Amino acid sequence: MDKFGIVLAAIGAILAALVPGIASAKAVSMGGVAGAGVITEDPSKFGKVLILQLLPGTQGIYGLLISFITLSQIGVLGGSSEISFVKGAMYLGACLPIIIVGYTSAIRQANASIASIHVVAKKPEQFGKAMIFPAMVETYAILALLISMLAINGITGINI
Amino acid sequence: MAVLQMQKISIYALKKDRKKLLEFLQRRGVVEINNLLPEDAVFKRNDVSEAMQNIEKNISLAKDAIDILDSYVPDKKPSLIALKGKKVVTEEGYASFREKYKPTVNEVKRVISLHKEIAESKAEILKHQTQIDILKPWVTFDIPLNFDGTKQTKCFIGSLPNEWNLEALYKCLAEGTPVEIDIVSSSKEQTCIFALCPIENADKVYDILREMNFSYPSISMDTAPSEQLNRINSQLSELEQTISDAEKEIKSYADHLDDFLFLQDYDTMRAEKYNVICQLLQSEHAFILTGYIPERDVKRLETDISARFDVCVETTEVSEEDDAPVLLQNNGFASPMEGVVASFSPPGKGEVDPTMVMAVFYYVLFGLMLSDAGYGFLMVAVCGFGLIKYRKTIEEGMKKTLRMYLFCGLSTAFWGIMFGSYFGDIVDVVSSKFFGTKLSIPPVWFVPVNEPMRMLTFSMLLGIIHLFAGLGMKAYQLYKQKDYKGIIFDVFFWYALLTSLVILLLSMEMVTGILGISLTIPAVVLRIAKYLALLSAAGIILTSGRESRNPFKRVLKGVYALYGVSGYLGDVLSYSRLLALGLATGVICTVINQMASMVNSVIIFTVVVIIGHLLNFGINALGAYVHACRLQYVEFFGKFYEGGGRLFHPFNENTKYYNIKEKM
Repeated sequence: MDKFGIVLAAIGAILAALVPGIASAKAVSMGGVAGAGVITEDPSKFGKVLILQLLPGTQGIYGLLISFITLSQIGVLGGSSEISFVKGAMYLGACLPIIIVGYTSAIRQANASIASIHVVAKKPEQFGKAMIFPAMVETYAILALLISMLAINGITGINI
Repeated sequence: MAVLQMQKISIYALKKDRKKLLEFLQRRGVVEINNLLPEDAVFKRNDVSEAMQNIEKNISLAKDAIDILDSYVPDKKPSLIALKGKKVVTEEGYASFREKYKPTVNEVKRVISLHKEIAESKAEILKHQTQIDILKPWVTFDIPLNFDGTKQTKCFIGSLPNEWNLEALYKCLAEGTPVEIDIVSSSKEQTCIFALCPIENADKVYDILREMNFSYPSISMDTAPSEQLNRINSQLSELEQTISDAEKEIKSYADHLDDFLFLQDYDTMRAEKYNVICQLLQSEHAFILTGYIPERDVKRLETDISARFDVCVETTEVSEEDDAPVLLQNNGFASPMEGVVASFSPPGKGEVDPTMVMAVFYYVLFGLMLSDAGYGFLMVAVCGFGLIKYRKTIEEGMKKTLRMYLFCGLSTAFWGIMFGSYFGDIVDVVSSKFFGTKLSIPPVWFVPVNEPMRMLTFSMLLGIIHLFAGLGMKAYQLYKQKDYKGIIFDVFFWYALLTSLVILLLSMEMVTGILGISLTIPAVVLRIAKYLALLSAAGIILTSGRESRNPFKRVLKGVYALYGVSGYLGDVLSYSRLLALGLATGVICTVINQMASMVNSVIIFTVVVIIGHLLNFGINALGAYVHACRLQYVEFFGKFYEGGGRLFHPFNENTKYYNIKEKM
């Protein structure tokens, strides 16, 4: 039974890279489609639109981060990989915030980004405000990242 | 740090000086022209829309011509103007352009028409080439393709699908005999044939041919195909000649590019000027110009203007109702942040300029989120190089941007050294991989990846300081507005409540346990904190709704205001992003270094490290920029700043390539 510990933890780590990565790819492409439309009208807005397009791309990176930390903590990237079943399950649980919140927040953030791209298309001088709307959504991805990260760090220290 | 005091300015002058005076003001660029006075029987506004249209058309023509020239003769157009600066032209140079104006406009038009000619010729060539493709199979044929037959005979010229030989054709057409068939050319796709029959057999032969999917050629001409081909070919070479001539002529205008650029600027300036003219109140011989001017510039402008023209200048204080524009003035450290403030909103009436305080926090927060000494020094090096190399010519806007990233870079490097991150752990990786001994630079303070809770505590502490600074700004603002009661009710009570709440929280074991700190707070302090919290909470409840007269409503409003405590909790937690983004940079650096060290080749190692770190730097610098802005806009500004002002837009040259130098 204890052999499954590492399996569960590895599944968590892989999903953490996989799911938010998929969401971010989708989110950035949504932004890209909207941005390309703006660029056909006015190529000089490229810099601003690019920033807005990239904003929902961070969830994928957060996922990668958690994935990497988990993999190194459970010894897949070197070291010993003796993990009990309970501990493995806890690692999987610790990855869940970034897996789930990362996925949904990226897509939602893309919607806000697209709306902001429309703002920039019409009123480029309002870029500062437009940028804040998607950034507000990102807060929750950051909070999820934080909890996942703290949880993984904490679990390593527990002896079960 | 200040919002510059504005004054209303009115200039009364003679119409004969109008052009000179406006040009003078335009060069100075210190007055924003607003039309503050109504029209009356004597003073009227002029309509200049027609002249405006003409100028705007010329601007766009010049732009097109410049782009065309740039595509034929690349590298002539000035680049990197923001760094290298605009070319300087004297006043005489500007004045003498008036004679060159007409010819330059004509040259611009000529370039555009040549470009059009080239495009048309190219389309024509394409058309001819399809004709050649159609004629190719018929090249050996010496009868015109529209030949129909003679009096006694009917002739069919056209093509059949697929490959045919004579025998098969004769067999198929046997019914219509006598016929004469000739195969002009034959390929897998089609067979071009010539068939001749007596006129009475024509219908029958045509029917058979139609069944075989016979079709007439898609072009008809009076001359034999070979002759026709020659004609088209000579037309083609003629067109090519036209194109190369036109290209040559366009290239010959390359030396005039400077004139074209100047034309664009010249007309941009004129457009600005006409924009002003249509706002002036004019009588037959005089005109009135009104607008806003920063107080510091009044004296100089007044003396200079009276020395040159017969004018009367009048300045008055800005009153409450006036919609005066806002101009900020800050020192070199804070001025780059003016743009960040402006992109939120310039300060509204009665608000202070938050730039200076914001700048300190912005640099610190940005640095904490990027927090890598390698990236920091990279930013410092690039920005410093730009600032020093182009120090004489750099444009103001570019200078501010570079300076902003220079300070951000310094802060990033500082925190990187504190946390011991130099391109992540590249020193460890390189030394152990290539030199065999593991070296590492120890952090001056601590490593956040190893002690995340400590970093989280620090982030939140910094957040509390930031928020308190925001409250402090509010106090300062209230002081400026002479609302002394507000300072106690809206700022002091909150300071007291928040401080005592923090002390109470820190006395709980649960909180100190999470944060991993050990603290013993004396019982006296705790008791004081408890009472202070209760008192200030009561104060907030009683005073926050003080503008309402109804006591019931007042208390309700007060309770709602007290509920704002939960907002502070959210605000402080929001600073946890400092930890998250800081760790993101550090961990991804480690990932990149580890990936690079998996291979044993120095070259691949270097390539992976360079590309990886560039990517990581880009994405994390973007994150740091966005989230530093967010912490300022939402958390910090939320405490005291609303904005709503209007930026000062002086009447100036607004040129792209040239600067007109004023005679001193």
